[in-house]
Amino acid sequence: MNLTLRVWRQAGADAPGRFETYPAEGIPPEASFLEMLDIVNERLERNGAEPIAFDHDCREGICGSCGVMIDGVPHGPQLGTATCQLHMRRFDEGDTVVVEPWRAAGFPVVRDLMVDRSAFDRIIEAGGYISVSTGSAPDANEIPVPKDAADAAMDAAACIGCGACVAACPNSAAQLFTAAKLVHLNLLPQGQAERDRRTVAMVDTMESFFGSCTNHGECETACPKGISIDTIALMNRDYLKARLSDRRLLGRS
Amino acid sequence: MTVTLDARIPAGPIADKWDNHRFSTRLVNPANKRKYQVIIVGSGLAGASAAATLGELGYRVKVFTFHDSPRRAHSIAAQGGINAAKNYRNDGDSVYRLFYDTVKGGDYRSREANVYRLAQVSGEIIDQCAAQGGPFAREYGGLLDNRSFGGAQVSRTFYARGQTGQQLLLGAYQALARQIAAGTVELFTRAEMLDVVLDDGRTAGIVVRDLVTGAVTSHAAHAVVLATGGYSNVFYLSTNAMACNVTAIWRAHRRGAVFANPCYTQIHPTCIPASDEFQSKLTLMSESLRNDGRIWVPTDPDDTRPPNQIPEDARDYYLERAYPAFGNLVPRDVASRAAMRMIDQGRGVGPLGNGVYLDFHDSIGRLGADVVEERYGNLFEMYQRITDEDPYRAPMRIYPAPHYTMGGLWVDYNLMTTVPGLYALGEANFSDHGANRLGASALMQGLADGYFVLPATIGDYLADFLNAEPLPTDHPAFVAAEREVRGRVDGFLAVSGTRPVDWFHRELGKIMIEQCGMARSRPGLEKAMAEIPALRAEFDADVRVLGSADTVNQSLEKAGRVADFFELAELMCRDALDREESCGGHFRVEHQTADGEARRDDDNFAFVSAWEWQGDDAPQVKVEEPLVFEHVELAQRSYK
Repeated sequence: MNLTLRVWRQAGADAPGRFETYPAEGIPPEASFLEMLDIVNERLERNGAEPIAFDHDCREGICGSCGVMIDGVPHGPQLGTATCQLHMRRFDEGDTVVVEPWRAAGFPVVRDLMVDRSAFDRIIEAGGYISVSTGSAPDANEIPVPKDAADAAMDAAACIGCGACVAACPNSAAQLFTAAKLVHLNLLPQGQAERDRRTVAMVDTMESFFGSCTNHGECETACPKGISIDTIALMNRDYLKARLSDRRLLGRS
Repeated sequence: MTVTLDARIPAGPIADKWDNHRFSTRLVNPANKRKYQVIIVGSGLAGASAAATLGELGYRVKVFTFHDSPRRAHSIAAQGGINAAKNYRNDGDSVYRLFYDTVKGGDYRSREANVYRLAQVSGEIIDQCAAQGGPFAREYGGLLDNRSFGGAQVSRTFYARGQTGQQLLLGAYQALARQIAAGTVELFTRAEMLDVVLDDGRTAGIVVRDLVTGAVTSHAAHAVVLATGGYSNVFYLSTNAMACNVTAIWRAHRRGAVFANPCYTQIHPTCIPASDEFQSKLTLMSESLRNDGRIWVPTDPDDTRPPNQIPEDARDYYLERAYPAFGNLVPRDVASRAAMRMIDQGRGVGPLGNGVYLDFHDSIGRLGADVVEERYGNLFEMYQRITDEDPYRAPMRIYPAPHYTMGGLWVDYNLMTTVPGLYALGEANFSDHGANRLGASALMQGLADGYFVLPATIGDYLADFLNAEPLPTDHPAFVAAEREVRGRVDGFLAVSGTRPVDWFHRELGKIMIEQCGMARSRPGLEKAMAEIPALRAEFDADVRVLGSADTVNQSLEKAGRVADFFELAELMCRDALDREESCGGHFRVEHQTADGEARRDDDNFAFVSAWEWQGDDAPQVKVEEPLVFEHVELAQRSYK
């Protein structure tokens, strides 16, 4: 296949960026999008130009490293698919494809298509865990978990932390990422003791980095793992309850 | 100089060794733990669990990862599950049986005491991960579900859909995040360890390159823990993530840590075949597919009909034919070699003739498409996404791919390498899987090492250094190591050759998969050992790395990793040549039974080959650790 790429190039966080046009010729349709970028990069290097920097690692849609805007859509045109799992057969001969980094104030550009997503780590550090020091756990089967709750928790826990939800949102909000972790932990019996504290801490940390949610729903469409926007409603409910509850009375019915 | 290997295996009956050892190990009292600085390199299952646990205990910990977040580590890609001897199924499982299965599965080339300990702590791992909120598969009663896996006759594998590694890694990452917030652990991201620094024969710290600014800095500690994974990417195409590499443990090897069993590599039988030369990695599909899929090739190599038009009598279900007892469920190494033989006979299928069929037609007929979808739907979808073919209608094409490396840094029972104060955890060490790892055992070992073993053993070493400050980072040892690292980095940029790093990596991978992959022979290995240095010389003279060293430069990062792969590749071939037997993943064509099965030589090769670095101008020297089997009887594996 023969395509034309318009790629965002930016030397560093504070450097100005610009679009560059590169031919992508003779691309095998079975190549993945990132393999197409590999081919373009190898040609750039042979011709003496620095290759395009982009984050990537597992190339099987689970590590969450990769992710670029392809023609303005996070991870490109195929629903439920990370950039590394998108194949060139989804494009047409002669297409011009625009490739950009995630665009969000909370994700500053590092170089070219790479962005800094460390704000996500800060949100998890704020409370995205169940406090159980190694060695202090009871036997695993002492805590029964209703199958439905376990399945719903798993649905939310499938988040790969790629940041497509933020990139898709007109407000650059990180509600879907934050809610996915909150719902995973708040649905489980193990997560109840810290439920209120966790919810408030994670939501407040999220808001210090990212914009606010106004229910556009773009995040759900962009998510390569199909995390439901319902998680945001659950998060909002938990946040309200946590703000209203008197934690000293928890544990009393 | 030659090291002497002391595995420090505790005395006493095997079931009591770990308890006895923990009792006799020196401890650091809680108030003193904060006086110790520990560095952990790598944030996968082993590294993250170790860092979180040491932080909880009160040590000061620094964690380094070359990813943008600890959660990206390749442990995240493990699919199938994690073994534990819980016996929740009441099907006769026990610590002893998990121990026995693991030693046998490793083809009798692992250390009994280590494996027994692994089986002992396996249950606690599940407790820990469940308490952290790991969303394991559950039954309707709310209790944990299990599945069976290759190499075992009991159901002891715990799982979270096809994403067990992801969920366990996120659990460890979250425990780590809690310690970062608590201030016990300091996190360094996009930071690649490029050297280990020694002072007076002991570990003093590491040298790190910041992958964003290019800054090279030193970090001192009382102990350094390497949890940096395996080296399957020496083959270029493997199931590993793109950045997986040998550099951290190879740099440690060059500083004196002996490297054990480098030739023990595992080829996974069920991966999607490569489609063109630009393919960057191979995608694995869970071996659970072999429970219901039938593997075959056309009997006639010239049969080019589409699979559905090939009648039954023109198909060769070669696993069912050759191994009637186990059929399609033979262990990974046996299945992989059988597929290779079919392709070598010219009976491979697909556009490049590089696959065999994995056919679900009979299962769909027997169980119905909906049952097959329930069991394997996500895998079928993944296959379709990559190949654009529908496995419900036509058989899948699969081929073996390099997957896991059993070899790694030699460690004693405490997980310490031959360099005092330097530890290796998880896939980066060699200790528990012998010559072949069983499915669902990698997650178990990584978490055993990080959550339970290292935190209990590290105090024994640290106790000697109470109130001793770590070496200052302006010490000449650090300054010299930093200068070496900068020199090496600048050296790649200075070559200004004509060919990109990836070109050399691909060529190296071709040599390695051809001569040191699934089948190895003396002439092939000797040929590789001539070709690798020649290619290395070309790399040194003609590699092209553009840009600068003080910004993000991914080609520059790769150049260092590929340079280390060259040195590793030579050692792998030497180790494979030296081991005149076949065992587990190491198959020497000279050593096989009349019907093509691996033939071990227990009289002459029941030992660990540990290689000691002798400098750039001399080959490594081999040191042997004899393996003593007091509990498991050595036997030829048979799956017929």
